[in-house]
Order: sequence, then C-alpha cells, then structure tokens
Amino acid sequence: MRPGRAPLGASPSAFDRARRTKGRIFAFTCAAAAFVGVASLGALLVDVIADGASRLDLAFLTGFASRFPERSGIRAALAGSVWLLVLTALISFPLSVAAAIHLEEYAPRNWVTRAIQTNIANLAGVPSIVYGILGLALFVRGLRLERSVLSGALTLSLLVMPVIIMSAQEAIRAVPSTIREAAYGLGATRWQVVRGQVLPMAMPGILTGTILALSRAVGETAPLIMVGAVGFLAFTPQSVMDPFTVLPLQIYSWISRPQEEFQPLAAAGIIVLLALLLTMNAFAIVLRNRARSGG
Amino acid sequence: MTTIYDIEVGEEGPALETRDLSVFYGETMAVDHVSFRVPERSVVALIGPSGCGKSTLLRCFNRMNDLVRGARVEGAVEFHGQDLYAPTIDPVEVRRHIGMVFQKPNPFPKSIYDNVAFGPRINNFRGDEDALVEASLRRAALWDEVRDRLEESAYSLSGGQQQRLCIARTLAVTPEVLLMDEPASALDPIATQRIEELIYELKKDYTIVIVTHNMQQAARISDYTAFLYMGKLIEYGPTDSIFTNPREERTEAYVTGRFG
Repeated sequence: MRPGRAPLGASPSAFDRARRTKGRIFAFTCAAAAFVGVASLGALLVDVIADGASRLDLAFLTGFASRFPERSGIRAALAGSVWLLVLTALISFPLSVAAAIHLEEYAPRNWVTRAIQTNIANLAGVPSIVYGILGLALFVRGLRLERSVLSGALTLSLLVMPVIIMSAQEAIRAVPSTIREAAYGLGATRWQVVRGQVLPMAMPGILTGTILALSRAVGETAPLIMVGAVGFLAFTPQSVMDPFTVLPLQIYSWISRPQEEFQPLAAAGIIVLLALLLTMNAFAIVLRNRARSGG
Repeated sequence: MTTIYDIEVGEEGPALETRDLSVFYGETMAVDHVSFRVPERSVVALIGPSGCGKSTLLRCFNRMNDLVRGARVEGAVEFHGQDLYAPTIDPVEVRRHIGMVFQKPNPFPKSIYDNVAFGPRINNFRGDEDALVEASLRRAALWDEVRDRLEESAYSLSGGQQQRLCIARTLAVTPEVLLMDEPASALDPIATQRIEELIYELKKDYTIVIVTHNMQQAARISDYTAFLYMGKLIEYGPTDSIFTNPREERTEAYVTGRFG
C-alpha cells in the first residue's frame, strides 16, 4: 500500500460522506422530477373517471348531443374526430415523408435547402390558432371548401406536417450510411436505395413520429374553431364536405353549459378522448419496439 | 519528382488503370497524381499509413466518391481502356461491373437469402434466383453454413460469416472487379484467414484491389503492392520485391514497421 493511503474498507472521510450525500440528493431530485408526469396523469385519470365513469355507456357513445343532458351522447364528435384523424393522416403522411426524403436524400446542401429546413423548424413552433386563421383564409374562403371536414383536415395537416417531416428526417438520418453504401455498391440507383433499404429501415421511426403528431392533432381545438367546427351537431359527416365537430370541442361545449348536469358528460367525453390518445400512443410504442428488435 | 513504377500487364492490357489521378475533398488533396495499372485476374494490395489516400483511391474505381459531398476527381480512371469518368458513363452502371466489399460487414437487415438476392433484383435479373443465390453463397464459401437457415436474419450470423455474406452479395451481381476496403480488419484471426483463402480462390476469376493495414496480409494474398504516402504513390511493383527489396527508403521503412 502507498504511504498515506487509507486501507480499503476504512471509515469514509468527511469528503467521501459529502459527495455520497450529494449523489443521493441528485438522484432523488431526478426521480421526483420523473414522477411529476406520472403523478399528474394519474391524478387526471382518477378525477375524470370519478366524474364521468357513471355516464360512460353505449348510449353515450352512440347518441348525439342534445339539450337534455341525460340523452346527450358523443357520437357526432367521436365520428368527427375519427374522420378528421383519417383524412389528416392521408394528407399529411405522404406529403411529409416525401418532403423528408427530398431533404435527406436528394436536396443539395445549399441555401435553398437550409431555408426550407429552417422554415420547417419554425413552422413546428407556430401556435395552432395561427394555422386556424390560415385555414380559414386559404381553405374555407380561398378554395371555397366551406366549413367542412376537409377544411379541418387540411388545416390540421399544415399543423402536423412540420413535426412529421422532422421526425421522418431523423428516422431517415438514423439509417447507417454503411447500408446506403452497400446498396449503391451493388449498382442500385438512388431511388432503389431509398425504396429498397432506407425507407423500410426508417419506417417504424417515421410511423412513430406520425402517430405522436396525429395524437396531438386529435386534441386540437383552436384551429378547428377558426375553420368552423361546430359545437352542436346531430349527425355524423357523410362526406368530406360535411360540417363536423370534434371531441375537444364537444367537451368544451358541455363544460361551458351553465347546467351542472352537463359536467359529467364533459368528464365522460374526456375519458373517450384520452382512450383514443392512449391507444394511439400505445400503437406508437409497439412500432418503436418492433424497430428496436430489428423487425 | 514523382517516380512511376510500372508492372507487366500482358497483351490483353490492364483491367484498371489510373493516369495522373488526383482526388480533392474541398480544398484538401487526398490523392495526388497517382498513375498505376491493375492487371486482370490479379490481386493488388494498396498499403500505407492511415490517411494516405488508399481508400479514396479505391473508391475512384467504382465512383463511390461521387456520393461524398465536395469530392472532386481529376485525371483519368480507365476500365479496359474506357474512361470511367466520361460524361456518358453512368456511375450506377460502373458499380455493376466493379463491386465493393466494405471494411465493416454491412449486411442489410433482411434475411440471408434477401441479402444476396437484392443486387440481382434491382438489376432486373431474369434467371433462376434460387440458383444464383446458392452459387453466390458457394463462391463465398458460406453455403454449407447457411443452407438450412436462408430465411433467418443476416444479423444472426457471426462477423466473419456476415463479411462472407457481403462478398456473396457482391458476387451475385456478377462483377468483374472486386474492390475490398480492409475487408478483414473488423474480424478475428480465424475469420480473417477464411477471407484470405477466399480471396485466393476468387482471383482465378476476378480482378481484386484490396486496401489493407495488415502488412502480412498484403504479403500473403497479393500479387502486386502499391505503397501510398500522403496521397502519393511512392512505389508499386510485384509484392515480393516491395517487401523484400523495395527501391524507396520510405517503402522499406513502412513495410519493416519503422513508421506508420
């Protein structure tokens, strides 16, 4: 043993005790921070289930909104949200993936590309109400699509596209360059490299990002009010040109009623909305795990 | 003053030839006026210290440098007398004739079978795919190890097997030249030996240019050796004379392990 060194197992010095304490405090703080998210989700769930579970039944899911709270249901809003979700996915997914492929695989590294890239990053941070105003001016008025599901879906597509593009870019960038080289080395064209190797490897990541972006869109209210989603509707959309309402808007409309009997309806609506969101997120997690295991 | 050493290439001419080939990455010169010839059905080893430009030189032969942003090539690279950088030449076409095996095994995240079949499929192969896959795996000395598990993921193979799979995948597009960029540097000695034996077999039918950091490997497997230093071709000739009787002092210093 070196002279001056305490033997292993000797009682710790003041310095050692202090740094161990610091370590424990740090670890505890981080754990507490991590717990905040879980705790608030738990509290939210307990609260809405306590308020709304009694109203959650088949009649609630299949009935239309009514001025009599006991007859009121969420059918129109649920159908509207699903319509909007599907349309938004159909519009935004192909456009976003194509844009991401262009930016990652084709675009030259010049100022035009950088400008587009910066723009997309900025658009991802634009408040959703601004997209609502744009949607109102461009789709509802400009293209005369009126207050339709289509207007809503186009507006939400603008909203989610920057997020999907960026997550798709990240997924594409995560494909190792060695895989691209291998494919090019076999005489693949750029299209064959993208189609045959890059996209299949990036797809789980792209889908995860898309689902997470769409689950945010499902919860959007403000831009849809701007493009004219209505709070009270006694039918479900039959075509993309029909008027519509969505879950958050229906929930808001119930909550803002003066009669107390509508409050449990709002809570039940929130349960439905959360169930929809959690299902989508679970789907995203499954996709991500499949990607990790090398599918 | 650059000294050009040359070798006999026989009557059919060289498979590959460079003349005053220089490669730039932006302002940096990675390959500096290199001229040499690669005879058909021979193994040429490119040796030299890290950063000497040997990988860059290798990647000129199948135009992989085209994929690097800011890379620029000057001078001529010829394949059977045809300028590979002529404006009429499609680099995709070049890579079907001149295949490449990379430093780290890089199989696709697909089945063993699909790895080998990918090249033929993208090149519009119209024959018996099963037979081609089997023949390619046999040529790469991998068939006996994988014949019962062709549908398993390529990632289930060991590193050495993956590298032989990558060789099989390259052979499946029936190239004439194989470029190998330190193909055994990520492998253990036994897997390395198998790759070397394989190269020895393959040179009966293919022209092989191989980059290696391993001096013994170059001595064992190659017919000709080119020593590069700081982008310049210092010396080129039959492997035994490079290793036993080099003309340049720097070559001798390098092959005897005094630097690099």
